[in-house]
Amino acid sequence: MSITTKHGTTSAEPAAATPPRRSPRRGGVRRTRFGYLAVFLGPWTLGFLVLTAGPLLASVYLSLTDFNLLGNPTFIGAENYVQMFTADPRFFTSLGVTAMYVVVSVPLQLLLALGLALLLNQGVRGLSYYRALYYLPSLIGGSVAIGILWRTVFGYQGSVNQVLRLLGFEDLPNWVNNPTWSIWTLIALNVWTFGSPMIIFLAGLRQIPAELYEQAQIDGAGAVARFLKITLPMLTPLIFFNVILQTINAFQAFTPAHVISNGTGGPADSTMFYTLYLYIEGFTRYNMGYASALGCILLALIGILTLLNFLFSRYWVFYND
Amino acid sequence: MTEAATAHRTSPVRRRRIKHLVLLLGAVFMVYPILWLLKSAVTPESEILGSFSPIPTAFTFENFVDGWTAGPGSGFPGYIVNSLLVVGGCVLGNLISCSLAAYAFARLEFRLRNTMFALMLAGIMLPYHVVAIPQYVEFQQAGLVGTLWPLVLPKLLATDAFFVFLMVQFLRGVPRELDEAAAIDGASPLRTFFSVILPLMRPALITTTIFTFIWNWNDFFSPLIYLSNPQQYTVPLGLNALVSTESGAGVGQLFAMAVVSLIPVVAFFIFTQRYIISGIATTGLKG
Repeated sequence: MSITTKHGTTSAEPAAATPPRRSPRRGGVRRTRFGYLAVFLGPWTLGFLVLTAGPLLASVYLSLTDFNLLGNPTFIGAENYVQMFTADPRFFTSLGVTAMYVVVSVPLQLLLALGLALLLNQGVRGLSYYRALYYLPSLIGGSVAIGILWRTVFGYQGSVNQVLRLLGFEDLPNWVNNPTWSIWTLIALNVWTFGSPMIIFLAGLRQIPAELYEQAQIDGAGAVARFLKITLPMLTPLIFFNVILQTINAFQAFTPAHVISNGTGGPADSTMFYTLYLYIEGFTRYNMGYASALGCILLALIGILTLLNFLFSRYWVFYND
Repeated sequence: MTEAATAHRTSPVRRRRIKHLVLLLGAVFMVYPILWLLKSAVTPESEILGSFSPIPTAFTFENFVDGWTAGPGSGFPGYIVNSLLVVGGCVLGNLISCSLAAYAFARLEFRLRNTMFALMLAGIMLPYHVVAIPQYVEFQQAGLVGTLWPLVLPKLLATDAFFVFLMVQFLRGVPRELDEAAAIDGASPLRTFFSVILPLMRPALITTTIFTFIWNWNDFFSPLIYLSNPQQYTVPLGLNALVSTESGAGVGQLFAMAVVSLIPVVAFFIFTQRYIISGIATTGLKG
């Protein structure tokens, strides 16, 4: 899933989280007849109740039960959570693996995205071709096909090792089967998909008014000063947006880890992403109560992270308006 | 930025060359894995591993021919049919349900509108893994686990709230005079929606189609939990089964079928690039 905080038009300002204003009408508001509302809003309302809100509440309830899908859920209070925090090293391993993945790959991804957007924004010939080439990995990076490709490229006989051997390295590992290195192959995969934040940055760079640069030039500001005093501050809302978006996405990564490790999160739990652990508990061991508790913690973690991001944003995000 | 810093020392021509060199080098890095995959797909099995060159030295179609039927169930022809059924249903479902809801949020007056809109936005942020288990239980009780319905039904009920939001944002830019004129002429909301709003929403509908197609074609998690009979596998599941089972498929077949699985997405990208780029640039679609 993605989140969105921006306008549907080309403007770069964040959209208010309110529905469009009512059109002014004389004689008060005219409400739409219920029959029409049922047609327009019926599907969404049903979906929201049955497939979003309902399951969310059910998830909280199930997290307090012992449930294996066959019998009825047995209420056990907070036992799942107690187990998780006191007697489940795998829970902490998966948190650590996911945290490492997010903390390393998201900044690298955004740095590359920003760097290339700046380069491409300087009136490069063939811009649309470069943009397309750099963006393509973002579209397919999360697929099973690329997961399979990665296993081979980073395998013992893979391209990476062949190049390293040419450079004189010896005793090279099979990167995907090595507990120390396997997570780095997944990080590399996520960094490789920097194209979509790059396109967001590129669009943002075009929104910066040219007058600002002209004025700065008249005032004698050099290129570095212009970048630090104009480009960077004007881009901070988009940097913030991309940090939130990519963090949430990275937190929910599943397919690459599943494919690279054959669904085991191995070797030695080194690719045990949080979502993969949730999947294993819920859908291969049918510990659905426990998996629901993992889901609730995931929601809380993403919520807290996003909130922290928003709280810190006022110290570094610059809003022009 | 190093470039900007040294700008006063380097000549413009040289700067331009350096810029292109950096961009080209980067592009090579980005595209290399894909080129190597393409090359390996047409290379005889025994020559694949141990060569990192992305340029084919031999050419064979054998990997495609063998891989086409190698998977469990009815092989790739079957997987592709299943994937097309699912993706087609998802696209139709999203187009209909999301545009209906978007019109209501953008134009109709009703009680609790602000509340419902806020709930819809909150739904966008909700990680799917959190609701996956109760949803599974619901579909199991409805007897739908093991069918393609759990993959399609949610889209018919506008659970991809992201697209509702996208369309509401789009409708903000459509002048109200157009639909108000229709209302004054006595058109019902339904009539207004179908004959005035829907045609105007074309760009938003195209963006929705593209991303629904790509996301659901690539989707692995949902099919993985809902489908166990190989006859119902979608393409990503079939491809995954080719890796993990004793299907005996070599890497050549694996790569050939990986290429097959990527073709629709890449083709979509090539033909609709303009919409994809503007969709990401304006809404942050993850792609």
